[in-house]
Amino acid sequence: MRPMAQIAMVMNLDKCIGCHTCSVTCKQAWTNRRGMEYVWFNNVETRPGQGYPRRYEDQERWRGGWELNRRGALKLKAGGRFRKLAGIFSNPELPEIKDYYEPWTYDYKNLTDAPLGDDYPVARPVSQLDGKPMKIEWSSNWDDNLAGAPAYGDLDPMVERTRTEASEKVRFEFEQSFMFYLPRICEHCLNPSCVASCPSGAMYKRAEDGIVLVDQDRCRGWRMCVTGCPYKKVYFNHATGKAEKCTMCYPRVEVGLPTVCSETCVGRLRYLGVVLYDADRVTAAASVPRERDLYEAQLGVFLDPEDREVRRACETAGIPYDWLEAARRSPVHALISKYRVALPLHPEYRTMPMVWYIPPLSPVVDALSETGHDGEDAGNLFGAIDALRIPLEYLAELFTAGAIGPVRASLEKLAAMRSHMRAINLGEEPDPSVPDAVGMAAGEIEDMYRLLAVAKYEDRYVIPTAAVADARRLEESALPEGCSLDFEGGPGMGGDGPFGQDSGRKLLPLVPVENFHMLRRRQTADDAAEIEET
Amino acid sequence: MTTLLWGVLPYVTFALLVAGLIWRHRYDRFGWTTRSSQIYESRLLNIASPAFHYGILFVLVGHLVGLFIPETWTHSLGVSEHTYHLFSLYGGTAAGVLTVAGIVLLIYRRRTNAPVFRATTANDKLMYLVLVAAIVMGMVAKLSHSSGDGYDYRESIAPWARSLFTLQPDLDRMAGVPVLYEIHMVIGMVLIALVPYTRLVHMFSAPVQYLFRPYVVYRSRDPRQLGPRPERRGWEKTGS
Repeated sequence: MRPMAQIAMVMNLDKCIGCHTCSVTCKQAWTNRRGMEYVWFNNVETRPGQGYPRRYEDQERWRGGWELNRRGALKLKAGGRFRKLAGIFSNPELPEIKDYYEPWTYDYKNLTDAPLGDDYPVARPVSQLDGKPMKIEWSSNWDDNLAGAPAYGDLDPMVERTRTEASEKVRFEFEQSFMFYLPRICEHCLNPSCVASCPSGAMYKRAEDGIVLVDQDRCRGWRMCVTGCPYKKVYFNHATGKAEKCTMCYPRVEVGLPTVCSETCVGRLRYLGVVLYDADRVTAAASVPRERDLYEAQLGVFLDPEDREVRRACETAGIPYDWLEAARRSPVHALISKYRVALPLHPEYRTMPMVWYIPPLSPVVDALSETGHDGEDAGNLFGAIDALRIPLEYLAELFTAGAIGPVRASLEKLAAMRSHMRAINLGEEPDPSVPDAVGMAAGEIEDMYRLLAVAKYEDRYVIPTAAVADARRLEESALPEGCSLDFEGGPGMGGDGPFGQDSGRKLLPLVPVENFHMLRRRQTADDAAEIEET
Repeated sequence: MTTLLWGVLPYVTFALLVAGLIWRHRYDRFGWTTRSSQIYESRLLNIASPAFHYGILFVLVGHLVGLFIPETWTHSLGVSEHTYHLFSLYGGTAAGVLTVAGIVLLIYRRRTNAPVFRATTANDKLMYLVLVAAIVMGMVAKLSHSSGDGYDYRESIAPWARSLFTLQPDLDRMAGVPVLYEIHMVIGMVLIALVPYTRLVHMFSAPVQYLFRPYVVYRSRDPRQLGPRPERRGWEKTGS
């Protein structure tokens, strides 16, 4: 056993309203730079839809992820080491910028500078690639809210696959259509194919927290990672010629703050926490022959933080104590392994993704109520799941490589939770057969309700600060190397650099971890007493 | 003049190459990239880039064989001068044609595709000029001396090139070398000196280690990177 810790995320799709706040705040924080105009580390797709970049899920075209070779061993779908090096002079499977979208701005200057005339001046769209006027034909969420779905919905690769297996279930006529939102970030996989594709060895998985990063100093711009990632979440910065990707906001996570997308999520649907896993079991789990078994196989890789053996092994492996404690309280671990309501996105890519999703259930209650049934009665709910407007088959193509069982089990648990909690809210005696039917205890259902519906900030984000030992190290190394008397107006005030202000070597501002958390408490506390007691 | 061109220039070139590589590695690892433009246009690039690169690699091998394998070695293997000449003429021309076709397509693509042209710096343009000049002059020199056994550079240029490494350049050997070859050599040396200062530097990051490392790379946080450090070249700051 080789236990490792991973910061993972779960998103509750039932609560996503598709407001794109996560995308916008992420963009503002990370990709509002030249060369990255077309890049969204976080994007929200309407499903069914083509996604961003267009049809990225069609791996027969884009060759992302892993596949099994004839001997049943894992191999990169885009070709092994020799094939990569032989084809290094051009990458035949690289998406062009137009597969994402051509970034543009507007000629705002014309609004004020246009000469006097009969017509109102307009700000024409201008391409940010070649600076010429352009026609806007696509963007990162052009098919938002099913826009154009009757004409283009069939281009969704998952719709194509669902059709082959359960024809007629996916419809785009207005009365029969369905949709839900799918926010996506980098999956920070346990078996990352982007890392495996990088010829320079510039991409790596951090040993402490499993965050997958690109070393900007070692990336040489070979672009193999872009092809290697089946989720197309590694992007090529066309100004610097280097790959960039979602960083899981590691500077925030290291000090115990949730990622920007989580922090700003209006629906409060994101959960962050530690998951422990056995690194020795990853390869075996990723090479399970049947794609439909990959979900179960990945569950088998995770370790139970309550298990004494596991805790001892973690200690030996150097996982800090507060990380172990965080793993016990981890909402992500609870939703994935304990309640088993969260499912991975496209396990069939064999990368062992670590951003999981709770499938959407919502419309069923309204639909049942309209037909005159009691929408929250357990019997009706369970029966209706198979007839959901969002076909189980479609969800299964997204989350379990087509296996319907786990999706139905997850939705049944959510339905049971509604039924059980309604009884409590109405002061009725909860029917013990409802939790029994989904194999949960009444107490567990109530805990899950607290996590999913009440969703307190402290319950959603259980992030250990870059371990205590590490924090000490961080703090000490954050002390300036110069004289401690060199403060503003102090006796040892050093003065400006050799060529006046702003010249010479500059030190980063000093922010010890304690001050940081004190500041945060001050900002979030309701009254002065609360600051004192914490 | 002979001393300057064949006794000093090679060493200046070598010094610029090594110093440039060290400087680039030390201070500009962030800028060390292929700066690929494939994301703008990939159809032409998928044909032109492999053609050019495989062509130029073959040309490189040809130069190494021609300059650093002494004539006596091939003679002892029973390869006559005429056979060698034909081999170098046809092999070299084939590789050269592939290279030229590749680079012509690449330059056509660079000029006609607006985003690609917009991403072309002055540095790139200078590099293309020297690179194309070196390739074209090489082809011209070879083909204009192709009759009979051609010009036997293995009795003049090659020994001189080898003598450079013993720090006793054999300048006498360079007397009587055709002027076309001389022009090619000078441009070639300028090109070599330019490598670390242009995007050509990516030739020194050929990722051979990829064949030997495990697929998934794990790394721990570098404790030296936790504290303050001087700002280095990297992502541009917003508002700059």
